[in-house]
Amino acid sequence: MAFFTSNVALLITTLVFGIVAYMLAVGRIRSRVVAEGVKSHSLVKYYGVYAALWTLVPALILALIWAFAADPLLLNAAEARLATAFPNLPASFLDLKLAQLQNIAAGYIDAPDDIMAAEAAKLRGSMERVALARVLTLMIVMMIGLLFAFFRVAPKFKARVAFEGFLRRSFFAAAVLAILITIGIVASLLFEAYRFFSEISMIDFFFGTHWSPMVSLREGAVAADEAVAGSSGSFGMVPVMLGTLLVAVIAMLVAVPVGLFSAIYTADFAPRHVRNIIKPLLEVLAGIPTVVYGFFAALTAAPFFREAGLLVGLDVSSQSALAAGGVMGIMIIPFISSLSDDVITAVPKSLRDGALGLGSTRAETIMRVVLPAAFPGLVGAFLLAMSRAVGETMIVVMAAGVAANLTINPLESVTTVTVQIVMLLTGDNEFDSVKTLSAFALGITLFVVTLLLNIAALHVSRKLGQRYE
Amino acid sequence: MNDHSNSVSSSPGASGLYSAPTDVRMAHIAAGLKKRRAASKRLRFYGIMAIVTAIGFLCILLTTIISNGYTALQQTEVAVVIEVPAGEILDDAGAIDAEKSRNFNWAGLVKRSFRKEFPEVTGMLEQRSLGELLSANAGYDLRLQIEDAGVVPTGPVTYWVKASDDVDMLMKGRMDRTIDEKMRRIKDDQLVWFDKTVAKDNIRLVFNSTFFTMADSREPESAGVLGAIVGSALALIVTVVLALPLAVMAAVYLEYFAPPGRLTDFIEVNVNNLAAVPSIVFGLLGLAVFLGFFGMPRSAPLVGGMVLALMTLPTIIIATRASIRAVPSSIRDAALGLGASPMQTALDHILPLAAPGILTGTIIGIAQALGETAPLIMIGMVAFIVDVPTSFTDPATALPVQIFIWSDSAERAFYERSSLAIMVLLLFLISMNLAAVMLRRKFEKKW
Repeated sequence: MAFFTSNVALLITTLVFGIVAYMLAVGRIRSRVVAEGVKSHSLVKYYGVYAALWTLVPALILALIWAFAADPLLLNAAEARLATAFPNLPASFLDLKLAQLQNIAAGYIDAPDDIMAAEAAKLRGSMERVALARVLTLMIVMMIGLLFAFFRVAPKFKARVAFEGFLRRSFFAAAVLAILITIGIVASLLFEAYRFFSEISMIDFFFGTHWSPMVSLREGAVAADEAVAGSSGSFGMVPVMLGTLLVAVIAMLVAVPVGLFSAIYTADFAPRHVRNIIKPLLEVLAGIPTVVYGFFAALTAAPFFREAGLLVGLDVSSQSALAAGGVMGIMIIPFISSLSDDVITAVPKSLRDGALGLGSTRAETIMRVVLPAAFPGLVGAFLLAMSRAVGETMIVVMAAGVAANLTINPLESVTTVTVQIVMLLTGDNEFDSVKTLSAFALGITLFVVTLLLNIAALHVSRKLGQRYE
Repeated sequence: MNDHSNSVSSSPGASGLYSAPTDVRMAHIAAGLKKRRAASKRLRFYGIMAIVTAIGFLCILLTTIISNGYTALQQTEVAVVIEVPAGEILDDAGAIDAEKSRNFNWAGLVKRSFRKEFPEVTGMLEQRSLGELLSANAGYDLRLQIEDAGVVPTGPVTYWVKASDDVDMLMKGRMDRTIDEKMRRIKDDQLVWFDKTVAKDNIRLVFNSTFFTMADSREPESAGVLGAIVGSALALIVTVVLALPLAVMAAVYLEYFAPPGRLTDFIEVNVNNLAAVPSIVFGLLGLAVFLGFFGMPRSAPLVGGMVLALMTLPTIIIATRASIRAVPSSIRDAALGLGASPMQTALDHILPLAAPGILTGTIIGIAQALGETAPLIMIGMVAFIVDVPTSFTDPATALPVQIFIWSDSAERAFYERSSLAIMVLLLFLISMNLAAVMLRRKFEKKW
């Protein structure tokens, strides 16, 4: 019985059903073509595929829904029973009891008392019944689909058109998924952020200058702060945003000159073979995972800046914005250089030839003709790079600070939006405390800021294309 | 832009020169020429300097990591003469009894045996700090060695067990023994015992196979990357299975079937924008939707793979569209002209020809996903997990997340190990990218 309801058995059954449907439909169309003496509209294989699709696709959709719906429903019922069995338990303990119940039902642990044992047996029983019901339902659905398709198979039936229509619709669905993901991002962030803003006012969040959501985590104070749940911590995001901008600007200060001059060299000075060596080498920088840069920033660059600062008598924080921003700049160099290279090479050759023909030197051509012509595209590239820097996570998580200092001194430690999101959502926080919700408010802010930067980048760089087409 | 091109040829006072004789004009131009050519050379020099800087950073990064990490390929072991009390482990038939072996105090046995090498150490505290030279898992090491061998030797036998991470660092010269004792993790008396062990040749460096066969551990000497590699592999399987078909379908739709109009434009804008959304936002999506709404298990490679699939989707869509567009329209026209339906043309003729490009794009997208850390942290794959995951719903971690976890640890030995883990990660990335380049070279067609 256990094997009969297992996923492996179900998979095998499904495959068998699919193959049987294919063969039945192919057999039927062959015999009908012979019997009626007409040609079939489509190739024989399309009838088989059509029947197989009708057998499998509805069942697959049902199985997916079942997978998401069944267990939560069962657990809700179990939780309700637990609530009546232990009427005095607070909600969070009830959750623990439920988790324990699941483990007992699965046979991982032994039941501590009779009530739990009985409940576990009930849960186990209902789970088994539901699993059996799932297998039977799916089989019936497959059977219905098979029969439906089987009786539609006829020489006049346009199986290929039906099949291609199905494919086209699923291709469309796949393309629409891109929209759905965006909607999913916006909706989920907005939903959680809305719950946050119902407790903390928007003005306090966007214009407050004090950020310390973690105060309630200080040892000993936990219980006291939980008692006044919601009032713990302060959520003014100005210092966090300022820190993000500081780190991003430092990164741009490193990346823009290096990236831009590399691009000028590769686009206008370098012989072809040199260009073919340099460009892949810069791409290597782009391929290194950010966690590696973070490791380098935290354990090599930050101590280096600190030592260097001590030499000249400066007190550099061991989590300075300079180290995080500098290393982030290195990460962004290839991004800027390859985008700028594209933009510079896209400037029409006629402009270069005109300037050179009038007697300008290479440098004059580049500085006074090519770069001004490429300017909108370059600005677009810088904006995209800025968006990258603002959204970058691992480097700052590993190398920047946690405390939100309201400062623009690059030698001090600052924190960023992404650092705070990671800080707030790692560890065993309850999911709907104000602290975790504030991470979603930061998340939607981050999403909007990067989105605006991307749109601005697209907008300015489109100007270039319009001008020279 | 006109004012710019004018300013190229106009230098101060140039207008007056038009009326001057030719040789005067030429002399004026020649006078400025040296300066202008110098400016040209300077710009070229800046460009070269910028590239040298960028590649210099790359070299510094790689040498730092390699010079820190290569020593983690070796592990220090200490020879201990141990007499295993056969009676306490064997059952009546003379075979090793699993139950008895599990309950036996292996750690105590190893420490007692090690102490016999130093009869001069008698105090309780001293004996304890002597024991700290060995790994906290030395007993477990010994148990595995004996259980693997299947027999309990009679009489004293020399076993090699792992040294503690501090001794390991000392042995590899990564600990400064000259600094003040209070600042050192190995104390003065421990140094004496260590030197004695070295003098007796009872300590050695061997290949650190644990690193490649184990999962995470609290003790650096017992920690490995296998668990993280398997976790990454499981997540990436989910990513490929989900992202590749969906991306190809979406790309075919956008290239072949999408009617020009607002909806199509909107889809394209979304695809391009998703490629630029910060990865941590995808992590938030996964946390809120997959974990919060659908109640999927935390820390599972399944969820990690799904989040990475959402991230990789735009990359593969863009690559697929590019390679579909690279197939010349003559192929399409020929297929349609011979009576193939648009769907047959796309599936039977265009896609097979575009397949190498799609594959290359997929490999590059997967390589990106392999290096991604932040979204996996969001969905809880950052936990401390000592078992190698065996299914898609087991709690697991991923290779880059393991690097993150270790780099956060205080022990110097974890620093070394995270450097080695980075080398492993980079090795995977390099081989994936090389595979992509070779595929492209092999199948690239000039139409």
